[in-house]
Amino acid sequence: MLALLAFGQFLPQWMLFLATVALAKGLVVLGLMILLRCGLVSFGQALYYCIGAYAAGMLGRLYGVSDVFTLMLAGMAASGLVGFVLGFLLARYRNIFFGLLSLAISMILYGLLVKTEALGSSDGFHVLPSTLFGVRPADAWVRYAVLAVAAVAAFIAALLMHRYLDTPLGRLAPAIKDNEIRVEYMGASARHAIHVKYVIAAVLAGLGGAIAATTVGHIDPEMAYWTTSGEFIFITILAGTGNVIAPFLGALIFGIIQTVAFGLSPNTWQMVLGGSLLVVIVFLPDGLWSLFRRRFT
Amino acid sequence: MNTILHAKQLSKNFGAVTAASDINAAIERDSVVGLIGTNGAGKTTFINMITGYLKPDRGRILYEGRDITELAPREVTRLGICRSFQIPQLYASLTVFENMMIGIGVVLGNAGRGGFFSRGRPLVPGYDLPAEDVAERIFERFGLGEYRDRNAQVLPGGVRKLLDIALTMVARPRILLLDEPTSGVSAEEKFVIMEMIMKAVRAEGITVLFVEHDMEVVSRFAERVLAFYDGRIIADAPPQIALADAEVKRYVVGGVLRA
Repeated sequence: MLALLAFGQFLPQWMLFLATVALAKGLVVLGLMILLRCGLVSFGQALYYCIGAYAAGMLGRLYGVSDVFTLMLAGMAASGLVGFVLGFLLARYRNIFFGLLSLAISMILYGLLVKTEALGSSDGFHVLPSTLFGVRPADAWVRYAVLAVAAVAAFIAALLMHRYLDTPLGRLAPAIKDNEIRVEYMGASARHAIHVKYVIAAVLAGLGGAIAATTVGHIDPEMAYWTTSGEFIFITILAGTGNVIAPFLGALIFGIIQTVAFGLSPNTWQMVLGGSLLVVIVFLPDGLWSLFRRRFT
Repeated sequence: MNTILHAKQLSKNFGAVTAASDINAAIERDSVVGLIGTNGAGKTTFINMITGYLKPDRGRILYEGRDITELAPREVTRLGICRSFQIPQLYASLTVFENMMIGIGVVLGNAGRGGFFSRGRPLVPGYDLPAEDVAERIFERFGLGEYRDRNAQVLPGGVRKLLDIALTMVARPRILLLDEPTSGVSAEEKFVIMEMIMKAVRAEGITVLFVEHDMEVVSRFAERVLAFYDGRIIADAPPQIALADAEVKRYVVGGVLRA
C-alpha cells in the first residue's frame, strides 16, 4: 500500500487505472469474504457496487458534487442503507436461497436502471472529474490522486476489518457456517450476526462502487449485472478468505490477467481467465493467499 | 420448596401426535432429576419447550419466578438455562480449543466485553479469567486437555459428548439439561463419563435434568425421576420408588428392554 502511494506517481496512467479499479473491486471482495466465512455466497454483490457508483454519479449529475471524499461517503451511505433494509430479508436465508435471492435483487436494480431514461438507460452517464477538498488536480495528476485516496481508504477498511474479525461477533463466522443451532444455544443470534456482516459488506461494496465511478468516469447498469457479481466471486475464490489483504491482491492479479489476456487474444480472453481460475482451484484450493501463508509459516 | 424451574400445564401437539399433555413439574434448586421414557414419550419435547426451541400450545414455564415461555433459545441460554444434545452439536471444522473459544467469545460479547473498541484481554464474566485460562480450566474438568488441538470432527464418540457438555459450561448455567449424555457411548464408559460430568457440574452447584435410558445410570445419579409416557408424566418420585412403579415398569422400563 505504501509502495503504491510512493511510486504511484511514476506509474503510467493505464497502470494507475488498473490499480485503482483493483482497489475498488478489492473492497467489494473484502465484504464478500466475511460473508463467505459464514458460508454465504452472494451472487448479487454487484447490487451494492452499482448503488455506490450511482449514488456517487447522481450526486455529481444532480448537485454538481465532485469531491472524492463526499462521493465515497455517499456511496457507502446509500449502499449501507439499502443493505440494512434488505438485510432483514436476506439474513433469514442460507445456502443457495441466499445466493439466488441476492442475485434476483441485483437484477431488479439492473432492470430498473435500464428502463430509467433520466439516468441514461442502458448507456448510463458520465461522472464528473474528481476534485479533492474543492481542488481540481491537474489532468496528469487526477488518476494518481484518486489512486492515493482509494489506497488509503482500502488500507483503513482492511485494518478495521482485521480488528473486526478478532471481535466475538467477527469470530462467530466459522461457527455460523458449521452449526447454527449451537450458535443459538450458546446465546448468540446467527441472524443478527449475518445482518451485521451483510451491512458491512454492502458498505464496502458501495465504497468500491463510488471509487470505480470516479476512476472510470462513466457508469452504466452493467455494474449491477450478474456477470459483475460473478467477477467478484471469481476474485474471492482466486484470492481466498485467509487474510484481509488477500482480496486486494486477488483483484490486482485479476486485473492484470484480464488486461494481459485481452491484449494477447481479444476474442478468447475469458478462456484465459477461466483457465487461471481452474489452476487456482486445483492447485491452491485456499486461494492465492495460501502461497504467502505457506512461506511465512 | 425452593423451586428454580416450574413447568405448568404444558401441552404440545404435532398434528395428531401428542408430544406433551398437561405436564406439571416443579424442579428444586440444586437437584439432579432423571427424565426417563421410551422414544417419543415426550422427554426431548419437554427439553425443547424449556429451552425455547418449541413453543407449547398451552401452559407456562417459570424460571426463578419469571415467565420464559415465549423466549428464544439464545435468550433462555443467556438467563442461565443451557442444554446439551443427544447428537453432539459441535463446530465440526474447528479444533476443540476453537470450539471452546467461540463459546467464550459469545459470553464475552453478550457481556459487552472484547468488542471492537476494547483493549487487552477481557475477563470472562463469572470466571474473572482471560478466555484462554477459562478454556484450560474447563478442559481440565472434562479431561479434554489432550484433545485440545484435535478437530472436533475426528473425536471419539465419548469425547464428542464431553465437549458438547463442556461447551455449555462457558455460560455458567444455573440449570443444565442433558439430552442422553451417555447415548452412543459403550457400556463400560457410561459410568466414567457420567461421573466426570456430574463432578464437574455439581462443583458449580448447577441444577441438572438428564434424559437417560439406562436405568442403572438413572438410579445411581438421579435424586428424582420423571417418567414420561405418551406426552404425560406418569411418575414423579425418587428413583427407587419410581422405577418400582407398576405403570413405569410396564410402559418405560419394559419398553426400553423391548426396544
